[in-house]
Amino acid sequence: MTNTRKSAILLLEDGTSFIGNSIGKEGTSGGEICFNTGMTGYQEIYTDPSYFGQIVINTTSHIGNYGTIDQEQESDFPKISGLVVNSFSAMHSRSTADESLDDYLKRNNTVGIAEVDTRNLVRHIRDKGAMNAIISSETDDIHVLKRKLSEVPSMANLELSSRVCTKESYLFGDDNRTMKVAVLDVGIKKSILKNLAERGAICKVFPAETSFEEMETWNADGYFISNGPGDPSAMPYAVKTVKQILASDKPLFGICLGHQIIALACGISTYKLHHGHRGLNHPVKNLETGLCEITSQNHGFAVDKESLEQSKNVKLTHINLNDGVVAGLRVLDKKVFSVQYHPEASPGPHDSKYLFDQFINLIQQNIN
Amino acid sequence: MPRDKSLKSVLIIGSGPIIIGQACEFDYAGSQASRSLREEGIEVTLINSNPATIMTDPVTADNVYLKPLTKQSIREILEKHQIDAVLPTMGGQTALNLAIECQNAGIWEKYGVKMIGVDIKAIETTEDREKFRLKMHEIGVDVCKGEVATSFLTGKEIAQEIGFPLVIRPSFTLGGTGGSFVNDPKAFDNALNDGLQASPIHEVLVEKSIMGWKEYELELLRDNIGNIIIICSIENFDPMGIHTGDSITVAPAMTLPDTIYQRMRDLAKTMMNAIGQFAGGCNVQFAVNPESDQIIGIEINPRVSRSSALASKATGYPIAKIAAKLAIGYNLDELNNQITKTTSAFFEPTVDYVIVKVPRWNFDKFKGSDRKLGLQMKSVGEAMGIGRNFQEALQKACQSLEIKRNGLGADGRELKDQDAILYSLEHPSWNRLFHIYDAFKLGIPTKTIQKLTKIDPWFLNQIEELIILEKEIEKLSIETIPKEILLEAKQKGYADRQIAHLLKCLESEVYKKRTEMGINRVYKLVDTCAAEFEAQTPYYYSTFSEENESIVSDREKVLVLGSGPNRIGQGIEFDYSCVHGVLAAKECGYETIMINCNPETVSTDFDIADKLYFEPVFWEHIYDIIQLEKPIGVIVQLGGQTALKLSEKLERHGIKILGTSFNALDLAEDRGRFSDLLKENNIPFPEYGTIEDAESAVELSKEIGFPLLVRPSYVLGGQSMKIVINEEELEQHVVEILKDKPDGRILLDHFLEGAIEAEADAICDGEDVYIIGVMQHIEPAGIHSGDSYAVLPPYNLGDFVMRQIENYTERIAVALKTVGLINIQFAIKNDKVYIIEANPRASRTVPFICKAYKEPYVNYATKVMLGKKKVKDFDFKPVKKGYAIKEPVFSFDKFPNVNKELGPEMKSTGESIYFIDDLMDDYFLKIYSERNLYLSK
Repeated sequence: MTNTRKSAILLLEDGTSFIGNSIGKEGTSGGEICFNTGMTGYQEIYTDPSYFGQIVINTTSHIGNYGTIDQEQESDFPKISGLVVNSFSAMHSRSTADESLDDYLKRNNTVGIAEVDTRNLVRHIRDKGAMNAIISSETDDIHVLKRKLSEVPSMANLELSSRVCTKESYLFGDDNRTMKVAVLDVGIKKSILKNLAERGAICKVFPAETSFEEMETWNADGYFISNGPGDPSAMPYAVKTVKQILASDKPLFGICLGHQIIALACGISTYKLHHGHRGLNHPVKNLETGLCEITSQNHGFAVDKESLEQSKNVKLTHINLNDGVVAGLRVLDKKVFSVQYHPEASPGPHDSKYLFDQFINLIQQNIN
Repeated sequence: MPRDKSLKSVLIIGSGPIIIGQACEFDYAGSQASRSLREEGIEVTLINSNPATIMTDPVTADNVYLKPLTKQSIREILEKHQIDAVLPTMGGQTALNLAIECQNAGIWEKYGVKMIGVDIKAIETTEDREKFRLKMHEIGVDVCKGEVATSFLTGKEIAQEIGFPLVIRPSFTLGGTGGSFVNDPKAFDNALNDGLQASPIHEVLVEKSIMGWKEYELELLRDNIGNIIIICSIENFDPMGIHTGDSITVAPAMTLPDTIYQRMRDLAKTMMNAIGQFAGGCNVQFAVNPESDQIIGIEINPRVSRSSALASKATGYPIAKIAAKLAIGYNLDELNNQITKTTSAFFEPTVDYVIVKVPRWNFDKFKGSDRKLGLQMKSVGEAMGIGRNFQEALQKACQSLEIKRNGLGADGRELKDQDAILYSLEHPSWNRLFHIYDAFKLGIPTKTIQKLTKIDPWFLNQIEELIILEKEIEKLSIETIPKEILLEAKQKGYADRQIAHLLKCLESEVYKKRTEMGINRVYKLVDTCAAEFEAQTPYYYSTFSEENESIVSDREKVLVLGSGPNRIGQGIEFDYSCVHGVLAAKECGYETIMINCNPETVSTDFDIADKLYFEPVFWEHIYDIIQLEKPIGVIVQLGGQTALKLSEKLERHGIKILGTSFNALDLAEDRGRFSDLLKENNIPFPEYGTIEDAESAVELSKEIGFPLLVRPSYVLGGQSMKIVINEEELEQHVVEILKDKPDGRILLDHFLEGAIEAEADAICDGEDVYIIGVMQHIEPAGIHSGDSYAVLPPYNLGDFVMRQIENYTERIAVALKTVGLINIQFAIKNDKVYIIEANPRASRTVPFICKAYKEPYVNYATKVMLGKKKVKDFDFKPVKKGYAIKEPVFSFDKFPNVNKELGPEMKSTGESIYFIDDLMDDYFLKIYSERNLYLSK
């Protein structure tokens, strides 16, 4: 790429700016800036609805090398507000790829910037914390961009699930299956549904704001509450639904945002992390087995550990080995557990898939 | 589980002398393991016959045994020490094999020694091709179609069944020895025979060829309770068909989507778990079909390897150090990340840069060798480049190679012969990478290059991009080049010299222009975590972007230049000296800075110097670091020729060289000036002369008389040196040398036939001299000192001769105003001592003398160089008991058709030390009686 590309600018809320080249669609887009340290799986990251409203920095040095492929999407199109990369590859070498990343981003109206000192940027965010940012390849007028950036909402207290979840409920999995899992979609990744279906469940996926009463009519054997974007404390509707699921005594499994909502439903508080955990290498220790797992993580909010430890009916089951952040919990005397990380991986290591087995086992035991 | 408190004393087995396929990566592993265990209060005993290692130094271990790696030596150690456990995974295949031998002989059991970090059954499964295949079938891992043959006949039958092309892989061999690809039945018989012969158990695997598939390696660590992490993914630029040690490799994997990478990760874990339960490191190799994404397991090595050294340097995760801790019982989550010091050791490093490793070959030393790359490893060393992108890392690796190139291309040395290029693309040798570049430059289409090389198109595109950029630069001049393009060239790793070549101007003009434009190197940390956490360990690489992370302290600094990639004539000995130089400067209170690009070494362990810059030992990189750090001076005399040859430029730029001055270094190299100095001091030397063409050579020969030693000036390891006995040979060799170095000067020395050779190493502070050791060679003159057996002290030189040697050494050292180390080589004929050459720098033999006499001479010499000590300040107390013999070790088995004749050009890859009590020793008598048989070595 010998500088034939249009230039672009990245402006942060604190006034810091970076100049680079425009990639994907030319345009302007704002969101909360965060970084993902994974070295693979960019397409899965971009299409993960949990990233809705966020600009993602990929820390790995090259992006785009293997193009894109439809089957490896976590939702129908990219959910990110923009991307920031170091070296962008317009060409790709994977023979089974459907198209190049550049074409894919253009087709999906995703704005990005390349040739940025992403390491500098990451260190900045690591020190200053999460903040909003804007990418533009249309204007480099700082005043215009600052005005536009001020219109980007703050992530704290922001409810986003209702904007990314399914509008209509739908079935996923083999119709002949009898094990029924009702899924509350607060921004679900496809691979979660695939993992449940692979293990013999038929899933019915409900929009985020579905009431428990409506879900209950399907008469599920177990409930699942998904990952998703935004601040869990801005989702009283989902907390209410989960409280009712807890009361129903049916097995319940939550991932990421779902985990936070379960915690809130148990009276445990959540908080916004300084700059979040996003990557494919996060170490988690399972306190019940003493074994460790490398996990895929993507969260800007977390369950408060002190608050959890004060709770009588909730047990800490997993912790992040790097910083001790709550990574998993179990509701005592219930068939309910949740994890902050992503056992479905995609992208990331498969170390934690056993959690899906545990969930399916819980349902089966409950049926029998 | 916390550490096993019952282990109080551990034995570590080293890998012995350096051979192709087993180099200083095991010194790095052994040293790390030893330090790691001693941190835990464990007494470490080390056995290794290689004296040029840091691992066998008193700074590394409690008890050091420089003994042959035999059962007998192990028994002796166990008789003397109460050893609780043996860690055999740090010394390559050699250590594992010895551990197995001892196991089979019941030695460990007899002495109550526990084997840790390994599972014997796992080794058997992984080394025995058939057991490996069956195991993989059992756990559902795809492997190549093939069968094991233990006889010629069954081999033929299997071949018939599978069909061609085929691969033959002998069992239990090192570095792929005896393996080959066979494309048609005609070549099969010979290849099968060779393979069976190469295997110690007469067994080969005959396998379907998957040449051209993509090749990957994963480095794993597992603890006692089964936690596994993947430290690094490595992608081979060269696809299946070339031994991974001979392949250009890249980390992290560049062309793998997450889906395939995770499948590979799962397979690697399954494979490691299937072969046995041991706590430690493991390397797994895979092939991926580029069309279908099918993954095949190639092999698994349950030990620390060359790749794990590379992975440690590539990610900052010290595999051997952690593996040692796991072997004594720790679990991964009980240990800290050694770089951040705050986060957990149970995690997978993520990197925000790219590393490229390029092997270093020495085919020029093995005349007549088959230079084609294949299943058998042939490279003698490697260099690693770290960059913010692949292109930058690739250029830096090429700048590190010490092959007189300025990087990949743009130096006027391109090959333009289309047929030769096309041939090279399909039949890879050491220079294929350069020929891919040449092919693009000639306009050969990517498709053709891809078809011939089978290299992933993404990598090829990266090289093509370089050519596109170069074409753009060539249209410009130093006056017209805009900042964006100059910056892009620097970001793609181009050296100022390369850009100068493209712009047809001077290197200094490019440097000036770019600094005026504000295009400066910045330094980034290797931190295992892509900046997610703050790192405490100062391990840096350079790039061209905005933020510089290398904060310069206000302490006084000393910079030590490393020795670059291993090659014949410059190996681990120089790394030994560099490490000791760093440690000595630290002791003197300086902040120490190390620059080196060899990932196998101890000097590039980020625990050694206060600051490590993993950069090419290449002028531009050195200069920029000096500009940033402003050290009080630079130590050049420890890093061999690589470091030494930078002294001229350092001098020119007014940068202080610590120790012996540039003028003295240059004087010693300049035969004319040096001989004048000898003449002035009335010290004898063989008659010589300097010529520049063949005609004057013949003229001169009449004056000096045959036999003559012919060589270019400024050479390493006796490169292109030859003894000629008549005018015809002389003419031929002069023309040969001038072909490579058309403007070079050639030296003719009268060769003292039948002379005895000796050499001395000394420390000098400019006034006083201390001779640390004198060695007498066993073979008569004419064989390179590196290839000779040498005995310390001399075994039959009389007092008269010794006095001359000592006297000359002292006088030359002082006359050269040596400050630091000096090595002088002598020829002795009729009791008269002649000077062959003097090198005012750390020599190959210094570590050998240090080990034999048990004194830290490099440490002393460094303190002298730094002006902190004088020679008379030291209380020298060498342990002089019996004799120490330096035994050269060759890797000729990798080059079966090569002329093994020894001569003035060095061919050995390593050495070992052997102690004898007296001259009646059988070993000594044997080599002494064979001293004239060197021709048939």
